[in-house]
Amino acid sequence: MKALEVKNLSISFNRYQKGLKKKDLKVISNLNISLYEGQILAIAGSSGSGKSLLAHAILGILPKNAKVEGTMLWYGEPLTLSLQKKLRGKELALVPQSITYLDPIKRVGKQISEDQSKVTAVLKRYDLSEKIKRLYPFELSGGMARRVLLATAVAGNAKVIIADEPTPGLSKELAETAMSHFRELADQGAAVLLITHDLDLALRYADRIAVFYAGTTVEIAKASDFEREELLRHPYSRALWNAMPQNNFKSTPGVQPYAGSIESGCVFAPRCNLKTLECTQTTPPMRILRDGEVCCYHAT
Amino acid sequence: MRGLNRRTSAAITAIVILAIIIAIYLGGSLLPDSALKADFSQKALKPSVDHIFGTDYLGRDMFVRTIKGLSLSLTVGAIASCISALIALVIGTTAALGKGLIDHAINWFIDVFMSVPHTVLLILIAMVLDRGATGVLIGIALTHWCQLARIVRAEVLQVRSQQFVLASRKFGKSPFWIAKEHIFPHVIPQFFVGLILMFPHAIMHESGLTFLGFGLPPEQPAIGIILSEAMSYISSGAWWLAFFPGLSLVILVLLIDKLGSTVRYLLEPREAQM
Amino acid sequence: MLLEVKNIKFSHDGKTPLIKCISFCIEAGERVALVGPSGCGKSTLAQIIAGYIKPHGGKILFDGAPLPDRGYCPIQLIYQHPEKAINPRWRLGKTLREAWDPDESLLKDLGIEKAWLDRYPSELSGGELQRFCIARALAPQTRLIIADEISTMLDVITQAQVWEVLLKVTQERGIGIIAITHSEDLAKRVCTRVINFEDLNNR
Repeated sequence: MKALEVKNLSISFNRYQKGLKKKDLKVISNLNISLYEGQILAIAGSSGSGKSLLAHAILGILPKNAKVEGTMLWYGEPLTLSLQKKLRGKELALVPQSITYLDPIKRVGKQISEDQSKVTAVLKRYDLSEKIKRLYPFELSGGMARRVLLATAVAGNAKVIIADEPTPGLSKELAETAMSHFRELADQGAAVLLITHDLDLALRYADRIAVFYAGTTVEIAKASDFEREELLRHPYSRALWNAMPQNNFKSTPGVQPYAGSIESGCVFAPRCNLKTLECTQTTPPMRILRDGEVCCYHAT
Repeated sequence: MRGLNRRTSAAITAIVILAIIIAIYLGGSLLPDSALKADFSQKALKPSVDHIFGTDYLGRDMFVRTIKGLSLSLTVGAIASCISALIALVIGTTAALGKGLIDHAINWFIDVFMSVPHTVLLILIAMVLDRGATGVLIGIALTHWCQLARIVRAEVLQVRSQQFVLASRKFGKSPFWIAKEHIFPHVIPQFFVGLILMFPHAIMHESGLTFLGFGLPPEQPAIGIILSEAMSYISSGAWWLAFFPGLSLVILVLLIDKLGSTVRYLLEPREAQM
Repeated sequence: MLLEVKNIKFSHDGKTPLIKCISFCIEAGERVALVGPSGCGKSTLAQIIAGYIKPHGGKILFDGAPLPDRGYCPIQLIYQHPEKAINPRWRLGKTLREAWDPDESLLKDLGIEKAWLDRYPSELSGGELQRFCIARALAPQTRLIIADEISTMLDVITQAQVWEVLLKVTQERGIGIIAITHSEDLAKRVCTRVINFEDLNNR
């Protein structure tokens, strides 16, 4: 069952350049993803590429100078600002990057949920002692903070959970534990969107991977497709596969462009060895290919 | 101002205020001194088209006197602020760059200094230096550096601990080079803003001191003198003698304050993002 | 013997020791991976070796002598977060030249475009900034590079690109590498030897 669908999402910011001029900076362009119940979809891309903004856009908490285009559907219904407000914190939950998202002067227990019985239940589930309720966010250690953030999302019985970079700074064991919790939540019927720069982690726990490049998704593949190069569709995904240290550790020349800096055509065209004239003139649409989706004229 | 973004309108505000301040300062030297001669036929006139601020009991035009007074205040205030700011820069930087003992010593000294009521200190210094313009100037310069010194110290300490400064040593750069290329440019914006914001204090103190009789001599058309004289005539109903000069002083001080905060807004690198 | 780490001890608060007593050696041209759980003190050890922090006990010997206080340090540390290691008020060309004047071929290999030299750090992404930090650390006087999780925040392709160049340059010049990473696959690809921090610390 499709829980959340994002179609042709573009986000741009109105920012000051050096001096007095203001300019529109595009961070996400024509992004397409769908979240299904019971599945984890991971969006993999480098840090700072704008993936977190996707989370904020879905929740409706982008800053004022952001311009949003495109459509978002919640179980088929348009996800309007008022609907976002209604669902936020309850059926639509965010597990943020750090505890700075919590209110620093409110005790943890109150922030997990208003309903204290829910708080007790969820603390037990994640092996946190009752004493946590009385602590303030800054008193939590790294691992505890992770679990508290998770608890906040879970206590609201969320149907869609967005995890924004949940593992940086965590030890390997803690990261694995955090991911297994998300897996558990997905197995219980929630749709999980995992935003991360750690491709290895995403491959181990997610069901599907959305490959993020230059502000857009170029391919949506099954995690198992990353086992062999031929199973992947888009040239960039194959380049990613080749670059992984456990595969060939081979790089592809060039640098990822900024979203919106490619005026027309495929965003990967400048670095692609399969490119043709068509690729530089029109942007390839997202199409279904072998149980996945891809934006490429030449993918097979 | 439609269609202009916040930064452009801030820049325009700053330029306009600066223009007004420069006009007042220049007005002081350009307006004829003849307007300050006594003319008993024009004694104590209410504000009118000929004399927009009225005249005083010696028949002198109040507008000219006010502008000249403000100009004088600006001069004394500016010089005193600059000297004070330099003292603050030296002390703040020494505290931040010195070894722990120097820093502690300077902090202690600043604390002690700040605990003395500085108007009293100001008056004392002015009296020791025999009043007059020099007395006021040096008095203000020696008492106003504390806050800016603290700010300078904080900025230097902050930038000193940044990774790129620590790495600079590892690239073989001398402490002097690091101070010149890394620390100084980082401190300058805040320092500059602090300097501008010192002006209002300096000007108010100069006027206050002159008003009390410890500052500029009565021959100078200083605002403090004007106000001091005006006080004695208030009971006779000549309200304009105190009102316009006083109001002008307040407006000037507010304008400089606004200039300072506008410049701070423009120079803050963080602001450049929004 | 290029680097000798002898009996290093360190504690943040003076009471609980973080680094109990660590010793090891690195030969010229060796590439060593330093692995261990996060928070165990690897980054602190890296900073001690590079001369940023003074240890509470023990010493670091480079080429048989303690690290020089002045001049270009032969041990260069590259951090995980390039934004913090670059002066935000300088143009990137200046940042690069602070250390040395890199030749064009190195910049090209690292994927640094000429146009970037005139830009400010806020205009570039983390991956692009990290290329500058690496170029900056590769001056002719560098003999040992400590790479503290330098590619953790980068995407896989950029990671492969920067390590390709690092390996090429360090092999050409006989520069040693200590790579701190939590990726076993990366460690296996890049390094000739793996040191486990916890094993060393608890000996």
